Amino acid sequence: MDMIRLVDVLKTYHLGEVDVPVLKGITLTIERGEMVALMGASGSGKSTLMNILGCLDRPTSGQYWLDGEEVSKLDNDGRALVRNRKIGFVFQSFNLLPRTSALEQVMMPLSYTNTSLSTRECKERARTLLKRVGLESRMDHEPSQLSGGQQQRVAIARSLVNQPPLLFADEPTGNLDSRTSKEILRMFQELNAEQGITIILVTHDAGVGSYAKRIIRIHDGLIADGAYTGQPEQQVSIAPRPQVSLLGDPQSCSASQ
Amino acid sequence: MLRFAIITGTLALKSLRRNIMRSGLTTLGIIIGVSAVIAMVEIGQGSSKSVQKTIASMGANNLVIFPGAAYVGGSGVRTGSGSATTLTPGDADAILDRCRPYVTDAAPAVRARTQLVFGNKNYEPNYIYGTTPAFLQVRDWDLMEGQCFTDQDVRNSAQVCVLGATVVRELFDSEDPINKEIRVNNKPFKVIGVLTRKGANMMGYDQDDVLLAPWKAIKDKVVGQGLANVNQSAAVLPLDPSQKVNTVSQLYPSQQVLYPQPSALQQADTPLPVRFTNVDQILVKAGRAEDIPVAMRMISEVLRERHRITGAQTDDFYVRDMTEMSKALGSATNRMGSFLLAVALISLIVGGVGIMNIMLVSVTERTREIGLRMAVGARARDILLQFLVESVLLSLLGGFIGVLLGRGSSILLRKTLHWPTELSIPAIVAAVLVSAMVGIVFGYYPAWKASRLDPIEALRYE
Repeated sequence: MDMIRLVDVLKTYHLGEVDVPVLKGITLTIERGEMVALMGASGSGKSTLMNILGCLDRPTSGQYWLDGEEVSKLDNDGRALVRNRKIGFVFQSFNLLPRTSALEQVMMPLSYTNTSLSTRECKERARTLLKRVGLESRMDHEPSQLSGGQQQRVAIARSLVNQPPLLFADEPTGNLDSRTSKEILRMFQELNAEQGITIILVTHDAGVGSYAKRIIRIHDGLIADGAYTGQPEQQVSIAPRPQVSLLGDPQSCSASQ
Repeated sequence: MLRFAIITGTLALKSLRRNIMRSGLTTLGIIIGVSAVIAMVEIGQGSSKSVQKTIASMGANNLVIFPGAAYVGGSGVRTGSGSATTLTPGDADAILDRCRPYVTDAAPAVRARTQLVFGNKNYEPNYIYGTTPAFLQVRDWDLMEGQCFTDQDVRNSAQVCVLGATVVRELFDSEDPINKEIRVNNKPFKVIGVLTRKGANMMGYDQDDVLLAPWKAIKDKVVGQGLANVNQSAAVLPLDPSQKVNTVSQLYPSQQVLYPQPSALQQADTPLPVRFTNVDQILVKAGRAEDIPVAMRMISEVLRERHRITGAQTDDFYVRDMTEMSKALGSATNRMGSFLLAVALISLIVGGVGIMNIMLVSVTERTREIGLRMAVGARARDILLQFLVESVLLSLLGGFIGVLLGRGSSILLRKTLHWPTELSIPAIVAAVLVSAMVGIVFGYYPAWKASRLDPIEALRYE
């Protein structure tokens, strides 16, 4: 079954009198268990698409099925519920709460979940996840006492605490050195492979994109490449494609950032 | 629901603790406001209580029952109130018995005005009261020296008395009056106690210019002819047989009788009306100032029943209260109360504005946190509630600390400066409730602002 299905999604911003179309008709399918990189230059509509996919924003028109549920017509509270249950977010700047222990960071989304979990069970779940990301010895540390990579791991643990089927990583390695970047990206691959979580990496870095099985390129509000899941053998041979030159060189994109 | 409340509460506490210095300074406005209010209310209540006590000692809670006007049948002579002889000591007992708890004490009183003699000094006090020991309770009066006469003394018509400070000064100079014998209208009375000083009353009369004695002794031995005063015609028969006993103590035995002795036949023709023992007034103490109207109504009922007055018949007694005094007292305390309330409101509004200010700063500062919380599934009302609970907690905390501080300072004032202060539970409850209200009112706008943030922009906020 499809994890994500977008049909002819348009997004137009109104800046005063002027309408600025950002997404000009996106049709896209992402299967359950895929690991996808969403790539594009800045201003291409990549972030807007991610916001819509992540249920942070609503499309101006078009349909969006997430996990079999039409979510494009949901109101703010409805989308908050979907985000809480089905989507995990990992951000470029980690977005951890200041002066809060790692354990509490991870438990935080649970306070907005209408579960019957007791505080003890919540703690247990958070501990398990911190162990999973290799931070069992740093559970009581505050962000200021953690390195960038450790902070991002806390953020990953936090995004997984509600056991979402879908994980968004918005430039997850943007603030990390190359060695830690590799560790984090490998962790995403493991999560994808072992637990079947659908992962969407939003990046402009082709190196990051190469960790994904499939790359979707956005150019000027339209999907330039990778709108549909191709054949498995096709997925393996990703990386720079001939079309790239037409859309602009990924290397020059990352340089311009 | 409970779990949710706990989570929100601990969350708010945590974020307040993250910035403990700032939280403390923010809530300082509320702390100062509430503590000032509590201290002022306690001091105000204490002083108003002590003023009340002073006024009560002048007789603010007292009621006085006078007999009604006598109407001398057929003759057309009308006399003023207090001239009828309708009140009895039994009335006093009945009032005390049946009007509890609105009436706490009742004392009958017989008044006299006569000369006191001790040694080579004489003096005529303003008040000579024949009464019962309850008189002292009614008037909130203590003894400085010695003791009061007892109910036993009253029953025995014991010739003992208690003197006011002025009388002691006039008669005894520096001598100790206790156990001395003075003559009251030529009857010997032993002084067994001296009253504490009360000073002048509201009308300017010296309240210490007083002699108290058992009412039977005053009635029988000092007023003496009182029974003859029952009506005017009887007064001209000073030597009627019932009073012969008193002539024994006549100072000048050779004194000539001015009028001829009536014959037995004449006496038989003009019998003295047989009357019960009457008293001149009954003093009653109401439990509290508020009880006075109820007490007055109940006393009227009891007396009408005892005096067999029915339906439209007019009362043969009057019940007087010190309305003016209690009114003055009430208006003074009311004005004090509203003044304090105004001060409280102003200081709490100032405190509330401080909280609003800091909450707005906090919302701006934590925009990314708000964005993150929204991204992981917090709804607008979760955010609203979080910030609202934070500000309410902040102001409530300030309220509690303020209550402690206010209590502390009022206790300190009482201990060091001996100011009269009074614990006021309503003020404490009101202060805590108002500070919670301030938290809600002034925390709502920042919380609403936080909840209206767009998660996308909030996440990007630098």
